[in-house]
Amino acid sequence: MTTSLERRNSLYGNDLACYERMVEIREFEKITNALFAEGSIRGTTHLAVGQEALTLGISSTLKPNDVVAATYRSHAIGLALGLSPESVLAEIMGKATGCCGGVGGSMHLCDTTVGLLPTSAIIGAGIPVAAGAALAFQVQKTDQIALALFGDGATNIGAFHEGLNLAAIWKLPVIFICDNNVYGEYSRIEKTTPIEDLHIRAESYAMPHMSLDGMDIHAVRSGLTDAINRARTGGGPTLIEAKTYRFSGHSRADQALYRPEGELKEWQKKDPLLVTEKDLIKRNLITRNEIESMKENMVSELTAVAKKVANDPEPELSAMFSNIWTPSKVAI
Amino acid sequence: MATMRFRQAIVAALADEMRLDSRIIFFGEDVAEAEGPFKTSEGILKEFGPERVRDTPISEMGFTGAAVGAAMMGLRPVIEIMFIEFLGVALDQIVTEAAKTRYLSQGSLSVPMTIRASVGSGLGFGCQHSQTLEHWFASTPGLKVLMPSNAQSAYSLLRAAIRDPDPVIVLEPRILYAERGDVDYGIIAEIGKAQMRATGDEITIVALGQMVNVAEEAIKNSGVSADLVDLQTIIPWDRETVLNSVKKTSRLIVVEEAPLSGGWGSEIVAYVTSQLFSALKSPPFRITAPDVPIPFNGGLESRYAPTASDVTRQILHALKNQDVPQPWWVVEGIAG
Repeated sequence: MTTSLERRNSLYGNDLACYERMVEIREFEKITNALFAEGSIRGTTHLAVGQEALTLGISSTLKPNDVVAATYRSHAIGLALGLSPESVLAEIMGKATGCCGGVGGSMHLCDTTVGLLPTSAIIGAGIPVAAGAALAFQVQKTDQIALALFGDGATNIGAFHEGLNLAAIWKLPVIFICDNNVYGEYSRIEKTTPIEDLHIRAESYAMPHMSLDGMDIHAVRSGLTDAINRARTGGGPTLIEAKTYRFSGHSRADQALYRPEGELKEWQKKDPLLVTEKDLIKRNLITRNEIESMKENMVSELTAVAKKVANDPEPELSAMFSNIWTPSKVAI
Repeated sequence: MATMRFRQAIVAALADEMRLDSRIIFFGEDVAEAEGPFKTSEGILKEFGPERVRDTPISEMGFTGAAVGAAMMGLRPVIEIMFIEFLGVALDQIVTEAAKTRYLSQGSLSVPMTIRASVGSGLGFGCQHSQTLEHWFASTPGLKVLMPSNAQSAYSLLRAAIRDPDPVIVLEPRILYAERGDVDYGIIAEIGKAQMRATGDEITIVALGQMVNVAEEAIKNSGVSADLVDLQTIIPWDRETVLNSVKKTSRLIVVEEAPLSGGWGSEIVAYVTSQLFSALKSPPFRITAPDVPIPFNGGLESRYAPTASDVTRQILHALKNQDVPQPWWVVEGIAG
């Protein structure tokens, strides 16, 4: 079986592999959505359709021993960092074979072999945690860095400001990426936030900042590379705002009927898959026919995964009593 | 062995651990250059330097979260929260992040961080700087919660907390910072283990923090022969020691500084009653603060936490009448 780390390593310097992973994420989210609709998934899901370029830009630029603190919109970043569709879907379905043994669910993925810290379902919570991971790297004098990935809504919560402030005064090797997908849950950004360009908030912390096209993997890599170089050479943190769009609703069955007419269509013209396909075809790395067969293969592979995972074992009852405290001689 | 103030025992424990383990870093508000508002980090910056000892902004959510992240990545952060109330703005990081990390990572990550916070009434700090708030944490699996009662336990509990692989909250009764006591540097506590402060056979009294000292005085005043159990740890609490004591005495009183409703003592009383019901000679009960905010006025505040004289009254009542005494505010007809 391919490990998360092998899946991660296959991305470096390989635009075709990155594109294939984007297709995987897109088709994975479609299948997840269908499984939720038919009642095979409990609780909730938060899809990241349309945000594939950002997650792949991150995973193909960071090193596998760098760490990422991400959010409940976790499937895409998990798959991008290297988690297998089996382990992610199994977690979403609460199976023992899931990356958290089935006790986490859709909002909580984790795989320390590729640097994915447990994703948090609390808006903004990962921001100070990423700063703290970076503090550890600073004290340990490693060249690792931490990255916090969060949405536009998180820039209005205290943890964002406290985390950025702390990272700035201590010059921590951390990168803050705001995935500005225009909507915080059901509210369009201008209803909740008095500014359009969120990255300027870094000005208050004298922190370098930039905005980039989150629908284009090359733009993401290029912006991120500057920030990584700064972080690895003692230059401290950076705030990056990636402009993206959430093609799906916020969660579960949300149809996003609150969107202005035509907005989705406009953004779909910038669909990261289309943008990447065009680039790859232009560079003669793939043909239209090959793309079509890649997509077909992906659908049948993921369909097989879904079929297998549905029959995976449920966690033992003992799983709910495990990993709460570190085992010690004192009984809890 | 040395005699020192409670706050100096905290400094000694931190310094002793920092000398042994370079993964320990220490930060909080004014803990480095100013050496702590309660002088609980005297000399720490000087000895260990600014990489490991840091002043933070007034930003509890930020620096508590940073401690969580640093702990996940292999450091052993110790943070100071000046007044326990300030954890209100950082509660997410402790209850929802730190306490769930080991669980969600299936044991591949842990959060070996220590959170020190000053707690308690009696010093005229008013209702927002005088609570103990241990019950905020007592029902969060994944955390450990400790409270020392004298210089020795301040030293030995803090060393144990720092060595522990999980998030540990150490609640320090602020009123004790200046108190002196003997400290044996060789004693490192076992988390989850109570200490017997006194032994006797008529009654068991379980207390925590400053209430251990109040109960000790009450036992002296009442002249009864009592087991005084200094619980030291609320999660996990030492069921064995408490049960063994009540098996011997057949009577139980819990003394708590926190308000009556929802206190940790309810858990002790419920558990002991369910286990030893038929062996009890009188109903176990709790002596607590009333369900009120902590008043500023000195006369009022002096009645807030259980006092030695009121604990004495209630001990004597229980032994004489075999029933449950009323709290002072009922006896004096002030509140129901």
